[in-house]
Amino acid sequence: MDRRIVKIEARDINFFYGSRQALSSVSIEIYKNQVTAIIGPSGCGKSTFIRLLNRMNELVPNTSLKGAILLEEEDIFDPSVDPVEIRRRIGMVFQKPNPFPKSIFENVSYGLKINGITDGNFIEKKVGESLKKAALWDEVKDRIHENALKLSGGQQQRLCIARCLAVEPEVLLFDEPCASLDPISTSKIEELILELKKYYTIVIVTHNMQQAARVSDYTAFFLLGELIEFGKTQDIFTAPKDKRTEDYITGRFG
Amino acid sequence: MKKHKVTQNIGFALLFLCMAVTLFFLGAIIYFITIRGIKVISWEFLTQVPRNGMTEGGVAPAILGTFYLTMGAILVSLPLGLACAIYLCEYSPKSALVNLIRMSINNLAGVPSVVFGLFGFAVFVKYMKFGVSILSGSLTLGILALPVIISASQEALTAVPQSLREASLALGASKWQTIKKIVLPTALPGILTGVILSIGRVAGETAPILFTAATFYTRHYPDSVFSEVMALPYHIYALMTEGTHPDKQAAIAYGCGLILLVLVLLISTIAIVIRQKQRVIHG
Ligand SMILES: Nc1ncnc2c1ncn2[C@@H]1O[C@H](COP(=O)(O)OP(=O)(O)OP(=O)(O)O)[C@@H](O)[C@H]1O
Ligand SMILES: [Mg+2]
Repeated sequence: MDRRIVKIEARDINFFYGSRQALSSVSIEIYKNQVTAIIGPSGCGKSTFIRLLNRMNELVPNTSLKGAILLEEEDIFDPSVDPVEIRRRIGMVFQKPNPFPKSIFENVSYGLKINGITDGNFIEKKVGESLKKAALWDEVKDRIHENALKLSGGQQQRLCIARCLAVEPEVLLFDEPCASLDPISTSKIEELILELKKYYTIVIVTHNMQQAARVSDYTAFFLLGELIEFGKTQDIFTAPKDKRTEDYITGRFG
Repeated sequence: MKKHKVTQNIGFALLFLCMAVTLFFLGAIIYFITIRGIKVISWEFLTQVPRNGMTEGGVAPAILGTFYLTMGAILVSLPLGLACAIYLCEYSPKSALVNLIRMSINNLAGVPSVVFGLFGFAVFVKYMKFGVSILSGSLTLGILALPVIISASQEALTAVPQSLREASLALGASKWQTIKKIVLPTALPGILTGVILSIGRVAGETAPILFTAATFYTRHYPDSVFSEVMALPYHIYALMTEGTHPDKQAAIAYGCGLILLVLVLLISTIAIVIRQKQRVIHG
C-alpha cells in the first residue's frame, strides 16, 4: 500500500490573476491510480489549481505563474512542451456539463478524430466502449445520432466523461462533476469514479464532504489559496492535524 | 386615479398611432410598387433583353447583372470579413488597439455609399485599371458589405460559449481545430444571417456601382468579369432620368422595383428562417 508512485507533482505554485494572488506556495503530490479529492470553501482556488494541471488557465488573459508542475518528472510548463500534448494526457470534466451541439456519437468520437483516427470501425467500437464505461450506453444506445443537448443534465455530464475517456488520458480531472446533478446521477458518477480508478489517476474537486470521503484515497484541504493539509482521506476525516481542517469538515466554517 | 387613467389612455393612443403610421407607410410602399409594377411583369419581361430604346422587351440583363454583382460582392467580403472577425475574436490580444480597430470597422458602416463608389472608381476602375466592370463593382460592393459581415460574424463568434472552446481544447484539440470544428459550425447560422442581410443591402445599392460597374444599356450579356453590366437599381435610376418615353419607361421602372423588392424580401425571409433554426439548436 505504501508503494505510491507520484504521477503529478506541484512544486511551490504561486498563481496570480492580474495582481491578485489566487494560489500561494502550493506543493502537493498526486499519486498514480489513486483518487485525490480537493476540498475547501468557495473561492479558495480549487478550480484554479486543477486548471493549472492541464494548462487550461493559460486561456485566461493576464495571469502569471511561479513554480513548477511535473508530470512524470517532466515540467509541463517547459517552453518545449506543447500544451496540446499535455491536454491529451490529462483529461478534464468541467463543473457544468458542456457537450458540443452535435450528436452523441460525434461528441464521443470528436477526440479520436482530432487525433487523426479515421478507421470507422475502430471509432465506432471506441465510442461504444467509452459510453459503456461512463454508464450511459444503455440509456442512449438507440439514439446515438440524436443531438446531445436533448439529454438530461446528468446524462450530459456522463457524456462529457465518456468523451474524455475515449481519448484515453492518463489523468482525469473532475471539477465538481456532480454540482448540477440529482442524487441518482451523483451516485452513478461516484460508482464510475471508483471503477475508473483502476485505469486512471483521478483528481476531483468537491464541496460534498461525504463524497470526498466515499470516493477518494487522499484529500487536500485548501483555504484562501493555500494548501492547509494533505493526507490520506481516512486520516484527514478522522484525525485532522490542523484546527482549520477540522472546523471545515465538521461544518463549523463558512 | 381617474387622471392617471386618462394620461395612460392618451399615451397608448399615441403609441398606437405611431405604429399605425409606420405600418401604413410600409404597406403603402409594398402596395404602390406592386400595383404599378405588376402590370409589366411577364415571362418576356424577366427573360428578354431591352428593345426599342428601353421601352419594350425585358430586363433580363439587369437581373443577371445584379445577380453577378451581388455574388461577386459576397465572394469578396465573406472570406475577408470572416477571416477578420476570427482574428479579432479568437486570436488578437484584447488591447486598446484592437478596440480601436473594432470601432473603425463599425464606423465604416456609416460611410455614405456614394463615397464607396468614389473610392472604387479611383482605386479599382482607374488605378488598378479594371475599368467599369463586374470586377470593379463587386470589389466596391464587397468593401461596402464588409462592416456588416464582420460585425455579424464577430457577434456570432462571441456568442459561442467559452465552455465549448474549453471542452475541445481539454480533449487535446489545437486552437485551429477548435475554431474549425467547434466554433465555426456553432457560429455558422449567425454568420449566414449576416451574409444574407448584406446580400439584401448590396443588391439594392445604386451609388457604389454608378461609376464602377453599371451601364445604362447593353444588348449583350456579360462575357467576363471585365464586362460592364446592367443592374436593377441603376436601371431604375436611368429609366426615370433619361430617355424620351417617360411614361413607358416609368412603368418598366416600377416593374424593376417590384423585382428588387421581391428579391430582398425573399432574402430576408431566408435570414429569418435560419435564425429561427439557430434558436432551436442552441436554445
Ligand atoms: N478568470 C478569473 N479572473 C480573475 N480572478 C479569478 C478568475 N477565476 C477565478 N478568480 C479568482 O481566484 C480565486 C479562486 O477562484 P477559484 O475559481 O479557483 O475558486 P474555487 O475554489 O474553485 O471556488 P468554487 O468552489 O466556488 O468553484 C477567487 O477569488 C476568484 O475570484
Ligand atoms: Mg471552482
